[in-house]
Amino acid sequence: MQRRQLIGGLAGAALLALATPSLAQAPIRIGSVLSITGPASFLGDPEARTLRLYIDRINQAGGVLGRRLELVLYDDGGDANRARTFATRLVEDDRVIAVVGGTTTGTSMAMIPVFEEAKIPFISLAGGIEIIEPVKPFTFKTPHTDKMACEKIFEDLKRRGLTRVGLISGTGGFGASMRNQCLRVAGNFGIQIVADERYGPGDTDMTPQLTRIRNVAGGVQAVINADFGQGPAIVTRNFAQLNMGVPLYQSHGVASRSFIELAGAAAEGVRLPAAALLVAEQLPDNDPQKRVVMEYKQLFESTQNQPVSTFGGHAYDGLMILVEAIKRANSTDGTKIRDAIRATRGFIGTGGVVNMSATDHMGLDLSAFRMIEIRGGTWKLID
Amino acid sequence: MDQLLQFVFSGLTVGAVYALVALGFTLIYNASDVINFAQGEFVMLGGMVTVFAHAAGVPLPLAALLAVAVAVATGLALHRLAIEPARGANAVTLIIITIGASILIRGLAQIVFDKQFHRFPSFSGEDPISVLGASILPQSLWVLGGAAVIVAALWLFMERTLLGKAVRATAANRLAARLVGIDTALVLALAFGVSGAIGALAGILVTPITLTSVTVGTLLALKGFAAAMLGGIGNPVGAVAGGLVLGLLEALAAGFISSTYKDAVAFVVIITVLFVLPQGLLGKRAVERV
Repeated sequence: MQRRQLIGGLAGAALLALATPSLAQAPIRIGSVLSITGPASFLGDPEARTLRLYIDRINQAGGVLGRRLELVLYDDGGDANRARTFATRLVEDDRVIAVVGGTTTGTSMAMIPVFEEAKIPFISLAGGIEIIEPVKPFTFKTPHTDKMACEKIFEDLKRRGLTRVGLISGTGGFGASMRNQCLRVAGNFGIQIVADERYGPGDTDMTPQLTRIRNVAGGVQAVINADFGQGPAIVTRNFAQLNMGVPLYQSHGVASRSFIELAGAAAEGVRLPAAALLVAEQLPDNDPQKRVVMEYKQLFESTQNQPVSTFGGHAYDGLMILVEAIKRANSTDGTKIRDAIRATRGFIGTGGVVNMSATDHMGLDLSAFRMIEIRGGTWKLID
Repeated sequence: MDQLLQFVFSGLTVGAVYALVALGFTLIYNASDVINFAQGEFVMLGGMVTVFAHAAGVPLPLAALLAVAVAVATGLALHRLAIEPARGANAVTLIIITIGASILIRGLAQIVFDKQFHRFPSFSGEDPISVLGASILPQSLWVLGGAAVIVAALWLFMERTLLGKAVRATAANRLAARLVGIDTALVLALAFGVSGAIGALAGILVTPITLTSVTVGTLLALKGFAAAMLGGIGNPVGAVAGGLVLGLLEALAAGFISSTYKDAVAFVVIITVLFVLPQGLLGKRAVERV
């Protein structure tokens, strides 16, 4: 009896010994530089939580290629200079094999040259289209671009037969970039931008700009606000105050609970394009993203005690695309992983269905955005 | 016409806040020659403390009172812990101290509160009132009325009370005031306390319209300072006038010229005024009557 137990124990130990050497190999190091503090902390914080959460889970499930994953995470505080310093450290000291992160377009752009030179795959979590256009050999991104937001809004306007549109945008990086993209693609949808107003980052009253839009010769049929943060909440309140009487569209930049709270009753009827994650429960069961977004939402909310945000979702997508690419490449060589990321087809993430190619390092199309309307103080999926 | 009226409503509402911030600058400047760059943080504290107290279940009026108390305490502490120990230093050093203090207050607020934007409900509903085709929020009337009451109360205090006269005497000539037995240190502490209260009240009145976060103070301090310069630094009436003019300039520039350059338009006008009238619209002449 004792002997048997001993043998059993030995067999168990042998099994463990067989399993552990692979896990005991040097871990696969994945780097990340995020803006966990500073002005973009509401983006960077859920991203960091998501990466830590999922790397732990992957390791519990046996790691990747039989090796553990190790996350090397730095906080740049939203500062592009610091991001670049950390990028160099990731390459030279930490010797990571790939990088997920770069919270803002500014920090991502600052890091790209470092990773390109070292031939390390880099998946950015920022929105700006300039990250992937023109295509850089080792740089990818997961979030939708502002150009897609414009196109999604214009598509909806066209469906409603509205063509004369007033644009009001913040002068900050996001607002300015989205304004340019909207002006550029409006013609493709037969949309006329008849008013183009702007406001500064700290402005507290946009009624003059909205009055101008209302009084534009020939009138407007809809208004688009391109910005994120408190500006859109004030615009939305001013919009209701002036009783503008036309539909108001916001961007994916306001896709968070706090926008509805700040704008209050004035937010009723506002439409915006956003990722499916925002309306996970409302997706029809046959929606390909339903399972993925529900799983992510439930895991994040049950472990982090805070509501899920689309920004954390971008980090999930980036990490999963990378992990699957490493598995397919069956290697930790930068160029081989890059080729595998580029070959990503039909990957279902929180942001949409991803089909990468040599010329498209984001791989999302307009179907990734859902048009959402605010009704009864909550998000309502309308298409 | 309705368009012009809409711009005027917008300008006056924003201008009233600038006016209150400028008034805070003026009070402290008169008592000490110091430009207190932590003035914007009082406005921030007024809004943020009210938001968080209200969210914790405190009724709005009580939350507002608490916010004023916190701002006054902050003002007094700023004087006691930062300005008083450096009493002998010149004005520039003291100004730099206030900049440091404003960064400290903002940092502490970021830890105590959070970095998000917040608001609390308007005092009397959200339904805009229509006036001659333009619309104004009830809260804007609160801002304008509140600013008027604060200015009137301050005027009465300055003109009708012994303590107010002591403040004015200190402003006119600190040495002479001390010689006739006025406790100038007390007057300076009082100026910081009252400035804190005025800033907090401005923050409370305006938060339902403009929203608040720990970072709103910086820009308000800058605009309030510009307003105080425009009106003539050291002149309370000038501070109020400067604030209203600056607000109107911004709104009219955004409405009639270009929203992209509205701040530029406002500041160009200020620079032009200061070229012609270096003392500001209502400022003291360089040569003082004795």
